Amino acid sequence: MGWEYVIPGYLIVFGSLATYTITLLRRGRQLAAQLPPEKRRFLD
Amino acid sequence: MTTEMSPESVSGPSSTDQSGPESFSTTASKVTTVLGWLSLASIAALLAFGLLISPPEISQGESVRLFYIHVPSAIVCLYIAFSITFVGSVIYLRKQSVFWDLVAGASAEVGVVFLGFTLATGMLWGKPTWGTYWTWDPRLTSTAVSFVLYLGYLAVRRLDMDPVARSKRAAILGIISFANLIIIRYSVAWWRSLHQGTTLDPRDTQLDDSMLVSFFLGLVALSLTFAWLVIHRFRVAWLEHQLEAQQLEVAIAERTASAGPTGLAAGGA
Repeated sequence: MGWEYVIPGYLIVFGSLATYTITLLRRGRQLAAQLPPEKRRFLD
Repeated sequence: MTTEMSPESVSGPSSTDQSGPESFSTTASKVTTVLGWLSLASIAALLAFGLLISPPEISQGESVRLFYIHVPSAIVCLYIAFSITFVGSVIYLRKQSVFWDLVAGASAEVGVVFLGFTLATGMLWGKPTWGTYWTWDPRLTSTAVSFVLYLGYLAVRRLDMDPVARSKRAAILGIISFANLIIIRYSVAWWRSLHQGTTLDPRDTQLDDSMLVSFFLGLVALSLTFAWLVIHRFRVAWLEHQLEAQQLEVAIAERTASAGPTGLAAGGA
């Protein structure tokens, strides 16, 4: 009793985390490619 | 899923190559690589304990397993993420620091993701427990209001306007939105609420040991994942900021170059 709620809950959380992570890393790579190395530092 | 979460699997080059400032071709670094693997290990442990090892609860049955992700998600977004946004917003308004503006924005975005998890898992837990996915209970309503407020905060950060004015408006909204968190925290005490109060009292817990372990694994796993995501989101925001500044420099240079000869010609005529 209850697995029909538990499985979607875990899928939503960890599926969304995986999707968000991939999107974030790809975005970072795309942006870094558009900047010269000296501007890729994260802090001034 | 674990492969997808790996920094190296998406970023391409090994993050061990990211040691020097000149080699930041991705948002990964040694610290985030270690943090990423720790997050994955703790998520694996959470899934093992939360879904397999811990027993079902006597009255709630298997649905108690949602507790191991629902409560940690709520703690991470309401107590950590939005507090960082609040602090970052205050410091930004005092010092006009781009760093703190970006930290506040990064933490808010990841916090909204975790708040979405809190709402979704809460609704899924509510159906077998209360018999409904949603009710306009004070705790649920104030949490939904917070979700909308922080979505608004993220929308303000994307407005096409002067960056300084945009950051100031976002910071003010980040401070105002924080007030609602106090309402969420005390809503179960101030009003009659369907939502339970304190979930875990360390002095008097009747939870099975493996349930407690599952809960704390959930807290550790989601906290580490949050930290990892915020660092990456901050770095992406920093790159966006640098690119925006670079595009502005190029546009000014082009305008100056094209205006030069025309200006001279106009002056000569």
